[in-house]
Amino acid sequence: MDQLPAIATTPITAPGRWRIGSLRLTPLARREARQGYLFISPWIVGFLAFTALPMIATLAFTFLNLTLTQEDPVRFVGLDNYARLAGDSRVWASLAVTLKFAAIWLPVSIVVPFVLALALNSRFLLGSSIMRTLLFMPYVVPFVAGALIWNGVLGQEGWINTALRFLGWSDPPAWLLDTTFVYPGLALISIWGVGAGVIVNLAGLRGIPTELYEAARMDGAGWWAQLRHVTIPMMSPILFYTLILGVIEVLQYFLVPLVLKNGTGEPGGTTLFYNLNLYQTFFTFQEWSYGATMAWLLFGIALATTLVLFRLSRRYVYYAGER
Amino acid sequence: MTAFAAARSPGAPRSGPRLRPEILMRRAILTVAMSGVVIAFLSPLAYSAFMSLKTEQQISQPNSPILPSDPRTFDYQGETYDVYYVPMPDGSTRELALVDKGRRESEFIDPANPAAGPITWDGSWRTLSQPWQVAPQWQNYGEVWSAIDFPRLLFNTVALAVIGTIGTVVSCLLVAYGFARFRYPGRGLLFTLLLATIFLPAAVTLIPTYTLFVKLGWVGTWLPLLAPAFFANAYDVFLIRQYLLTIPRDLDEAAAIDGAGPLRILRSVVLPQAWPVIVAVAIFTFVYSWNDFFGPLIYLTGHEDIQPVQVGLSHFNGIYHTKANLIQAGNMMTLLIPVILFAAFQRVFTRGIVITGVEK
Repeated sequence: MDQLPAIATTPITAPGRWRIGSLRLTPLARREARQGYLFISPWIVGFLAFTALPMIATLAFTFLNLTLTQEDPVRFVGLDNYARLAGDSRVWASLAVTLKFAAIWLPVSIVVPFVLALALNSRFLLGSSIMRTLLFMPYVVPFVAGALIWNGVLGQEGWINTALRFLGWSDPPAWLLDTTFVYPGLALISIWGVGAGVIVNLAGLRGIPTELYEAARMDGAGWWAQLRHVTIPMMSPILFYTLILGVIEVLQYFLVPLVLKNGTGEPGGTTLFYNLNLYQTFFTFQEWSYGATMAWLLFGIALATTLVLFRLSRRYVYYAGER
Repeated sequence: MTAFAAARSPGAPRSGPRLRPEILMRRAILTVAMSGVVIAFLSPLAYSAFMSLKTEQQISQPNSPILPSDPRTFDYQGETYDVYYVPMPDGSTRELALVDKGRRESEFIDPANPAAGPITWDGSWRTLSQPWQVAPQWQNYGEVWSAIDFPRLLFNTVALAVIGTIGTVVSCLLVAYGFARFRYPGRGLLFTLLLATIFLPAAVTLIPTYTLFVKLGWVGTWLPLLAPAFFANAYDVFLIRQYLLTIPRDLDEAAAIDGAGPLRILRSVVLPQAWPVIVAVAIFTFVYSWNDFFGPLIYLTGHEDIQPVQVGLSHFNGIYHTKANLIQAGNMMTLLIPVILFAAFQRVFTRGIVITGVEK
């Protein structure tokens, strides 16, 4: 709708001065353009100052030998930082850590909010509104406190293990201290923040026209068929949106292990996430050029992944508004 | 309703009352199951609440009760003694107060009958376990309140969140309006560029931005956290723009004919119709700012008086190594405001996202 030139349909212009089809703008269109630029100017300024220029600067850093203390004079080092990156086993190990966690976390991060939203949206559920508030609550728990709570809950003698013993698992794992169970443990901590995702999913479910369900029922579709053939296709843009944001987020994941393990990567390097490694390179080792190179590698991975996902989405995501 | 009944059981007679038990059943199962999920989901909060009321001694002691408790004590002749479960030679167990600790044998007093005098028991008192009694340590809250200047931290958190939210809402509304209602060369490209910034890992821009703030002398002030909020961000601009596109232009145009400028139209025509999305963006921003840990950590470390609770609590963690009870007390106090806010506005909030979601 917004594609229509509003000016062309407004009858307040002097007819003689219209030049439809010409590349040059009429005075009115020029005024509209000027106003438009003015309104978006805060973002343009912010984009230049906080995104574009810093990005260019970081890219330039990758070809220099900048450190915080700068004991050697600054000079152009060509692709040295990239060569070092290629041979840095710590970098690749930390990337593997991030990918391993992503493999566990991403499916959970999409399915759990979706299923919770389905339940909250059901007309059979009593007290949906209070449950929504309660599910959102952990999302606002201060970060450090949240980490400490989970450190306790996931401890060898914590509540989770007490529950597991009660259910008959006599020897439950030490979660965050165990190299195998540390990722499921961290995923459990992350599940706590799904409140926002539940709301986004709920919003999507509310947006599905009820006629579609009525039509499906006319055709004899049961609960499962309706979910499979109406809800999931109609929700695919939202699920895709959650996936894309989830990928970007999980690639940058590091704060929880930073606080819980003090950045040591314990147990056995399993919590040395890529971004943790990156921030340590910046702030602990203060190697700015090398850190910048690592940041660009992360950016490249994020970009490549989202491009692939967008490609795939053409086949799997259904946009109702599309022609 | 009838269509639904037909779909469920095609051959069954469609009498209304026969459906009731089935619906009640579904209601009961789903509600009970979801209550279970919610309880499991919130149980760590209960853990936090209990922890905030415990003594440090109890937290460090394995096999202590779940509820905040104290070991039971008994006052005898002006002194306070711990009570223990003592197995007696006849096979019974009595609760006795330990008055004189010895390695091989100890003296106990029976709280039920102190006049009977000391009872000597053979064995090491260290092997005995203690009865506990529920004793919430409400003073933990008072202690947090004064020990880390909690009111100050809370004020900082609120001020940062409020200023940041105002900046975000105002700037994003202006920019979204600029993208939704005006035509100009390069608009599509600029909008794509805006959305692309969502995919940019923060680390890519961190060091130059940090250096910029150092050069400006802003590190150790609130400016690095607040200034960027006034220059709009991709998520919120996108959300507001999508919403504005659903508002018909007729009123805008009518106002324009009456001679209203774009700012006037935004304020008097568009804004009153855009409340749901404004509230949604405001709450999201507020909660995000409330929870921001990394920003204050890198820009405000070493400036305790201007830190928000988030970072203040972690300092607390460093200073008093194992005072987990006090951290949780601080946590409980910090939680209150965002939860109330969400509960109060959740109707408008979800509506704001619903409508933008539909139009995506």
